[in-house]
Amino acid sequence: MSLASIADNFFGLFNYWVVILLMMIGFYTVISHDNLVKKLIGLNLFQTAVFVFYISMGKISGSTAPILMSGKGSEDVLYAHPLPHVLILTAIVVGVSTTALGLALVVRINEAYGSIEEDDVLEADFETQEEETEEEAERMARAEARQERESAQQDHDDGREEEDDDRETRS
Amino acid sequence: MIEAFFAQMPALVIVLPLLAAPICVLLHRGGPSWFVYLLTTWACFALAFLLFVQVKIGGPISYAMGGWAPPFGIELRLDALNTVVLLLVTGIAAISSVYAKASVAAEIASERAYLFYAALLLCFCGLAGITVTGDAFNLFVFLEISSLSSYALIAMGSKRRALLSAFQYLIMGTIGGTFLLIGIGFLYMMTGSLNMADIASRLPAVADTRTVEAGLAFIVVGTSLKFALFPVHVWLPNAYTYAPSSVSAFIAATATKVAVYALMRFLFTVFGAAYAFDQLPLGEVLLVLSVAAMLSGSMAAIFQTDVKRLLAWSSIAQIGYIVMGFALASSAGVSASVVHMVNHGLIKGALFMAVGAMFWRLRTISLNDIAGLGRQMPITSAAFVVAGLSLIGVPATGGFISKWVLLEAVMEPGHYWLAAAILVSSLMALIYIGRVVEALYFRERPEGQPPVGEAPVLMLTATWTLVLANIVLGLYATPLIGAAERAARAVLGAGS
Amino acid sequence: MREHTVLRVVTKVLIAPIILFALYVQFHGDYSPGGGFQAGVVFAAAIILYALIFGLAEARRAVSPNLLRITGALGALIFAGTGVYAMLRGGNFLDYDYLAHDAVHGQHYGLLLVEFGVGLTVVSVITSIFYVFAGRGRRNDDEQPPGDAR
Repeated sequence: MSLASIADNFFGLFNYWVVILLMMIGFYTVISHDNLVKKLIGLNLFQTAVFVFYISMGKISGSTAPILMSGKGSEDVLYAHPLPHVLILTAIVVGVSTTALGLALVVRINEAYGSIEEDDVLEADFETQEEETEEEAERMARAEARQERESAQQDHDDGREEEDDDRETRS
Repeated sequence: MIEAFFAQMPALVIVLPLLAAPICVLLHRGGPSWFVYLLTTWACFALAFLLFVQVKIGGPISYAMGGWAPPFGIELRLDALNTVVLLLVTGIAAISSVYAKASVAAEIASERAYLFYAALLLCFCGLAGITVTGDAFNLFVFLEISSLSSYALIAMGSKRRALLSAFQYLIMGTIGGTFLLIGIGFLYMMTGSLNMADIASRLPAVADTRTVEAGLAFIVVGTSLKFALFPVHVWLPNAYTYAPSSVSAFIAATATKVAVYALMRFLFTVFGAAYAFDQLPLGEVLLVLSVAAMLSGSMAAIFQTDVKRLLAWSSIAQIGYIVMGFALASSAGVSASVVHMVNHGLIKGALFMAVGAMFWRLRTISLNDIAGLGRQMPITSAAFVVAGLSLIGVPATGGFISKWVLLEAVMEPGHYWLAAAILVSSLMALIYIGRVVEALYFRERPEGQPPVGEAPVLMLTATWTLVLANIVLGLYATPLIGAAERAARAVLGAGS
Repeated sequence: MREHTVLRVVTKVLIAPIILFALYVQFHGDYSPGGGFQAGVVFAAAIILYALIFGLAEARRAVSPNLLRITGALGALIFAGTGVYAMLRGGNFLDYDYLAHDAVHGQHYGLLLVEFGVGLTVVSVITSIFYVFAGRGRRNDDEQPPGDAR
């Protein structure tokens, strides 16, 4: 392959290179970052790459925007293919909704955990899980100790109260 | 008039939930919204049944959206395959709508219940849309509608862990959806068409290009992310575990099946079985992945202590069975896939509903907490046991029929190692279902726990309807197998 | 930002043209680039600008979240309702040809109605999203001690 044909391959397909580069940057951001907002930004880049891909697909060299011209010479006007634009408008709306929903989740996660780092959140989950199991074990032990002293009926009542308390603290 | 109505049925299946969702938002109350949801899903179920009969008698139906003729406009296309899937989706939706009321009242704040039902209706609309559409890009849009609403639904779970699991599902699901979009873009580049049948007729001319192969790869990976095939399944256990009970029941029974349907539609109708499975080694790849899914999913399910998570892992294993069927690319294989899709939908729906009923009482669903519940919630526990037996594949249940046809399909080309994998995975199912049953019946209630009563009547009715449907399909399997064989003929005939 | 006279005056001057432009994009969308989605976003931008300068509470008084919920749902209903009306007139879903006595008028009415529905929903949804996010942050700030900077 001669140098000229390599250059031709590169520049002739430069829109694909742009798309691939953008896509990989976005994808890498999604995978490598712990911060949930950065993940969403990466996801957005990833989607945008696909939008660019579709739009560049509809471009015909020498064509103009697909708005119907009127008047003299309007018969020979070359238009870009409008269909990919329309498709991508739909996909952009999907992307906007995804971003909005993702950000809403991040806000709620921040409210619930006080952090938007995935590691912190997972750690917090792990701790609460341990706490829950400890609480569970404690409750069991207490209930057993009490049962030795008291009658079964009172036991039931206590159990119910404690369970209610648990639910309040959790929510 | 009646004929005009029949002609409009394919669109009505999508339009009714699309109309009902904003009505729910306008109503602003949980109770009336539930009623709208109930009416819509049952109406769609009736429509789906009529469509099923119509296709069975009169052959495929084509409906031009907006009056634009098929290759240019969006076409809704119903054949023997998607009417079965549509019947499953609408049926599960209808039954879970009966179930939803009590479960939602307990798990969702009442001032947000109307939004919950609106999101459920949108999810349902998306799933029905994926099923009926004959347009590749339209399929992507409906897939995103259903996915977006299911992220929101899962985030409504009562524990805060629901938020992160919904977020992870959102990331994975969006990557999957975008992959699908890229794949469709490649196909559109090469064929200049978005209509599935039209793409199929233009593909052979350009089938040898790298672009089409890349398109196939992107579509397979994208849809696999959505139905959680083995290596890309990590979002599923958390999402199903922390979602509200009625959502787990509905989504577990339908969403993954519909995504599998989407992949089948692309492979068989658009690419054609000959291209995807003979020219490219896709069958071998999918078979290996499905075996890995079956074994790893079942193995992970055995070690779970949370019953909902156990069922979620079992779902990953069951997806393996469905994928294995159509990866054989034989008529018997595809019909085994369809049979198991329906049966697994019914089984998982029933299991998640039974577990949801226990959760409704106990507010927790770990194996230790449900111990001894068999005597206190006998009807719910019995439903779990029967559906569990069906999952294992005990004779006289639907699960047995699907394992039987799958084994037959696997033995036909002599894949004995696949048959062995199916049997091993079934034995593992016996173990993990056995663990739950053991906890329910052979252990004492934990000390200090108050006795609990049965779940509300509506929840029990819904659960048992699915369980009975399972038994009926186990004892009288001819209609389902017949429908599945017609479906297989329809897609394989179109592909070759 | 209420104290900045320049911002207040410029905003007051700008909001009307922004809304007018949104309406132009909306209703001229049949003939030139535009349509419901673009118009809706431009319109919502006007409301968001108002909220940024005059405060969220003021904006909520001008355009209440409850109203947005209703218009958002209505927009979707107008969209689907147009399609269903076409069905009732004997056409397929969203077949504009059947909306009027002849196909050309029908296409015009259909496009106008559907785009109007889309525009209404987009305005409502975008503004609602802004309200919800902005409202959340504010409540958190109140709850936190003043020294706690993030």
